[in-house]
Amino acid sequence: MPDAITPGGVIGRDTARQEARAKVTGAAQYPSDIPLPGVAHAFLVTSGISRGRILRWHLEAGRAVPGVLDILTHENAAQDSAPIPPTKGGGGSTTTLQSDHVWHDGQIIAVVIAESFEAAREAAHKVRADYAEEVPAASFDSPGVEIQVLEETLEAHEDPKVGDAAAAFAAGTVTVDATYGTPIQHHNPIELFTTTCFWEGDRLTILEPSQFVQGLASTVAKQIGTSPDKVRVISPLVGGAFGSKGGATARTSWVAVAARRLGRPVKLVANRSQGFTIATYRAETRQRVRLAAGHDGRLQALLHEGWEVSSRPSNYNVQGTETTARIYACPNVWTRVSVVHADRNTPGFMRAPPDLPYGFGLESAMDELAVALDMDPVELRRINDARNEPIKGLPYTSRSLLECFDAAGSAFGWSRRERRPGSMREGDWRIGWGCAASYYPAKISAACARVTLTSGGARLDIAAHEIGTGAWTVLAMTAADQLGLEPEQVEVHLGDSTLPAAGLAAGSSHTASICNAVALACRELRDRLALAVATENAGPFAGQEPAALRLEGGTLRGAGGVAEPLSATFARTGPLDAYAEYIPHGNPPDAPDKLRQGTPMTTGGAQLPDRIQYGFGAQFVEVRVHARTGEVRVPRITGAFAAGRIMNPRTAHSQLMGGMIWGIGSALLEATEIDRRNAHYVNDNLSEYLIAVNADVPAVEVIIVPEEDRLVNPLGIKGIGELGCVGTNAAIANAVFHATGRRLRELPIRPEHLL
Amino acid sequence: MRPFAYERAAELAAALATGTVSPAALQQLRPDAQYLAGGTTLLDLMKIDVMRPDRVLDIRPGPAAQPVIRAEGGLWLSAVASMAQAAEHPALRRDYPVVAESLQQAASAQLRNMATLGGNVLQRTRCPYFRDTAFPCNKREPGSGCAAIGGVTRLLAVLGVSEHCIASYPGDFAQALIALDAEVETLAPDGSRRFPFADLHRPPGGTPHVETTLQPGELITGFRLPSLPWARRSLYLKVRDRESYAFALASAAVALDLRDGVVHAARIGLGGVAAVPWRAHEAESVLQGQKLTETRAVQAAEAAFAGAVTQEDNAFKPELGRRTLVRALLQAAAMEI
Repeated sequence: MPDAITPGGVIGRDTARQEARAKVTGAAQYPSDIPLPGVAHAFLVTSGISRGRILRWHLEAGRAVPGVLDILTHENAAQDSAPIPPTKGGGGSTTTLQSDHVWHDGQIIAVVIAESFEAAREAAHKVRADYAEEVPAASFDSPGVEIQVLEETLEAHEDPKVGDAAAAFAAGTVTVDATYGTPIQHHNPIELFTTTCFWEGDRLTILEPSQFVQGLASTVAKQIGTSPDKVRVISPLVGGAFGSKGGATARTSWVAVAARRLGRPVKLVANRSQGFTIATYRAETRQRVRLAAGHDGRLQALLHEGWEVSSRPSNYNVQGTETTARIYACPNVWTRVSVVHADRNTPGFMRAPPDLPYGFGLESAMDELAVALDMDPVELRRINDARNEPIKGLPYTSRSLLECFDAAGSAFGWSRRERRPGSMREGDWRIGWGCAASYYPAKISAACARVTLTSGGARLDIAAHEIGTGAWTVLAMTAADQLGLEPEQVEVHLGDSTLPAAGLAAGSSHTASICNAVALACRELRDRLALAVATENAGPFAGQEPAALRLEGGTLRGAGGVAEPLSATFARTGPLDAYAEYIPHGNPPDAPDKLRQGTPMTTGGAQLPDRIQYGFGAQFVEVRVHARTGEVRVPRITGAFAAGRIMNPRTAHSQLMGGMIWGIGSALLEATEIDRRNAHYVNDNLSEYLIAVNADVPAVEVIIVPEEDRLVNPLGIKGIGELGCVGTNAAIANAVFHATGRRLRELPIRPEHLL
Repeated sequence: MRPFAYERAAELAAALATGTVSPAALQQLRPDAQYLAGGTTLLDLMKIDVMRPDRVLDIRPGPAAQPVIRAEGGLWLSAVASMAQAAEHPALRRDYPVVAESLQQAASAQLRNMATLGGNVLQRTRCPYFRDTAFPCNKREPGSGCAAIGGVTRLLAVLGVSEHCIASYPGDFAQALIALDAEVETLAPDGSRRFPFADLHRPPGGTPHVETTLQPGELITGFRLPSLPWARRSLYLKVRDRESYAFALASAAVALDLRDGVVHAARIGLGGVAAVPWRAHEAESVLQGQKLTETRAVQAAEAAFAGAVTQEDNAFKPELGRRTLVRALLQAAAMEI
């Protein structure tokens, strides 16, 4: 049993964001807002073809633009930076200015630097490359794609399996066999992809929105051949990330190179459409799900096969079957994942990378099975609830899926639902109700933190990331909680790679990782403070037993009613500090060192040898489908979620609500259109890449189901950043079926599918 | 964006805002200039290098100006009234709901605050191949070809297209204007003129880059809506992926003169489906003098799309367009005036 940490009254309190006012008044500074004297401006030139080679450059017209300082191309800068190392899954990576090779549409092929942004952009529009163009393969079914079955080709890849699923399916009483598809999606954070670099001697500073400052620093150091301790990344606030700012991208090292060549700071603000090709995205998936059950609804076989698009060299894949194999009790499970290599940029993490697409397949298929069984879909989940995951029989640390179905179903009014499709109508609008389960692995990473006693309270140093989730506030709350202070008395320093290392703000792991580290450091500080005052020669606590001392309400209290304001104690002790390294269950002892080197060691979910840890939820939606014109609207949605200890109910509510809204967009709106002739993304702007607007989400109800998990980590936290967006898409598709009797298995669901 | 000369045309701006033209204002018309009012299309396209004007003439109303909408026969709308101002105008909402709704359902609140009526009817297409200089486009570079045909065409046109261009006209307001037989008033160096709004836009044919009948330097000053008491029975129906801030997949502007269930006159404009603002005369003829039943509405809708030419991605548009029109007609017929 891990050493549980007892909260002291601040954790769990509804608390406004510390930076809320700065954000809503525009005072908040994002990395590209930080003024730098003498800054030059960069503009990217991106490829107009998707596969081939650059034959020659015509730079004259660009160089002639007044104010142009430099133009980097493969002809003059190839040696100055190595490519980005491969991402998850291995394989190689696409390159940029390292050679004449064009791997994908919109690849960075030159960088123009000028005195002004306008001059750089004008010159970028005026330079031109001649290409030797080859016919690219865009996506599934395009001639020229290469299909790679991962288990057959990668040593490290394992597809979860148990029993004999094929035989059990063949012998199945009631079966479902269906193929589902999810589209290309792009994060589109409102803050664009920006990078500013400046050099002081041989030391490089990078201002860039990042979900992992240590990782960015170490990657760029490797690329440009310098030592990681000479590279500093500063990222005080991130204006939306959703995974897109997790890994280093090619732009950063070229801005660093440009700044070194010019001997002055260089700033890049890539535009919206470039964001579609210079960073990552969620690749399209295709999935075949086969389910078999007895008349009693008990699952006999579950087979889930997925295909995911990646770039030519990269094996990046999300393998959502790691989760979908383990959610429901089933004796026979088979999964397989393949990567389909096309002439595309390399995909990457995007909010709930595995579970949003693969959850659509499984939760849609479960609904189809319920229909085939003529059973309520909630009842089907109840019958197949699992205390132990089926692959290895490992126990869940906690699992409140059915409690979530009960809470959300009752708030939604599910019991009034008539099962027959097409049973509800209001005027020209058909009405349908649907539901689905949400699940996301509870992951955690090592983290380090330093906490220092100050005259006003405490100062906290940790290379954590405020990507809009409220991390800043829960950090202050955790320290305040553990030191008997108020959150406003804690000065938080984060978003800087020179601070104590913390992991990637991704995989819904950040709050658990950083708060446990902070709590550990605070405990250490309490002990040091107690020892310091108990061993004083004079003073109110001299000679007391250190273990008997308590910090509460800004006051240090000892035995016999002795009490002193912490500020008075501080006047004697000075700035005591404590540093702690938190190594969670499943992490190796050298995890903090790895973190400092830029390698996050995230564990949890289904990746532990002795247990499985997930957060759960259930979502219920009402859809309206216009009987003539097919628009699908979501007038109300209710979600209930259980995810261990809720650190700050206000930001937790926002996270879960935002996740559900994201899920609505993912089901009905979000899709990057690709021209299959040339592998070119077409709707690369916010007018035609649609995300949900206020009018699309009139009523979103979030219920937090209390859950105590004493195993998952000392503070009992499971992440919630992604949980809310898993299953929403299936709940909507299931509701559309209930409204219309039409089963739609390709997202997004659009009016033309319902005519 | 490329360097350009910027000039503020104060007299012209004042003339547009008040509707009173002075000789000094006429002097400021420039055949070689691109006029700038709200800038919501022009600046966007300049930033992505699609429009490259050498000279930009700023005709935005000053902060004190009150762009006018006034009763004049029917209703006269200043070209520099913002979309938001017009959409909220009580007389427009009461007497021409189709016009007010077309404005209300266009773009976002922020864009409606900036964009002017004159600029709105001249909004350029959202065809992605027009907006990306990496591709050939006959509208952007005459004679270079059409990359849209055979490409991603879900939002592109099926009516009024040619083998040289299938770009869709993106606006909403124009569909209401064309349906109501509005007129457009312009100012040109050689004088002012007034002509049917239906004559403003040119179908692409073999010259997709020539989008209007305006002469170089000619400036739209206003729109005249005819007196049409029965236009109170009118509406704009816009079918789109999301509930707000999206271009039409299909839309219908309809006005009905309905007496005892019989159509004395029907006016129909169609949006999201055509290369230019689209008047569906064939559909109107089907309804003329008939009882407005669902069957009749379906026949009218079929007539409206009889000439549709589709691509793979937008093959659904005639069906969606027909259903949109049927829904709009039945909804208009059911209005309580």
